[in-house]
Amino acid sequence: MEITLSHYLSVSAILFVFGVFGIFINRKNVITILMSIELILLSVNINMVAFSAFTGTISGQIFSLFILTVAAAEAAIGLAILVIYFRNRGSIAVEDINVMKG
Amino acid sequence: MIETLFFYLFASITCLAGLMVISSRNPVHSVLFLILAFFNAAGLFVLLGAEFLAMLLVVVYVGAVAVLFLFVVMMLDINFVELREGFQRYMPLGLGVGGVLLAEILFVFFNSADMPETVVMVNEVSNTRALGRILYTDYIYLFQLAGLILLVAMIGAIALTLRKRENVRRQSIASQTERTRADSIEVVSVPSNTGVKRS
Repeated sequence: MEITLSHYLSVSAILFVFGVFGIFINRKNVITILMSIELILLSVNINMVAFSAFTGTISGQIFSLFILTVAAAEAAIGLAILVIYFRNRGSIAVEDINVMKG
Repeated sequence: MIETLFFYLFASITCLAGLMVISSRNPVHSVLFLILAFFNAAGLFVLLGAEFLAMLLVVVYVGAVAVLFLFVVMMLDINFVELREGFQRYMPLGLGVGGVLLAEILFVFFNSADMPETVVMVNEVSNTRALGRILYTDYIYLFQLAGLILLVAMIGAIALTLRKRENVRRQSIASQTERTRADSIEVVSVPSNTGVKRS
């Protein structure tokens, strides 16, 4: 049985849905939410590379490269914010992050 | 045939690891499953002929991002049992939204007319060389912009987490380099039997 584009897209769709699902069920844990975002970005990368390979153009892999860059930057900034939030408040519960609310 | 086998192997492990990332009780296990998912996604990339991106995924994600996550999870002293509350409460909503999303995406995939069916391998040059040829010519501005984003992220992360603490003795480099020979060394010729007198 030949592996077609739809197979790869299905894998990426399943990963994407797991990422969204993870954000829903781990409402209190910021670290798991950040990891879910990483899963979503990984699924987008699989999508890009699959389309790039199946259509024979290499631009998709370039965009995947840039998504990787942005994901790394996002993880670094997110974890830095997490660290200073924990230093100030002593917890990372998402529901406590409403100090700015008027 | 062997490619089909490996595809199903990598795909199933990736999906299972993704599921374990979001459902594991211990965040350290979550990070380790995230690393497993990245490794198997790199395997999928190799099957697709994108070797450079596969290696990049292993180096950047497993080597940097996942280790960063691991450091933060282990360094923060958090009661993770408390954070698990509401798991059951949000489960039906999450299942509903996820199910609808998955159904919609798969519906689109399997009902679209002209999907390309086979991998088009461009074997003139290696994958890395092909990427370099196009990255440094057509996408040079985006490449520079990516570097700028990384620089901003680095400065931002350092500026956010740097803290000045009081009552800490630290090296004052400016005053050290400011010293000259004249104000730090004094040559005294000592006469015998009198000792040194400090001025």
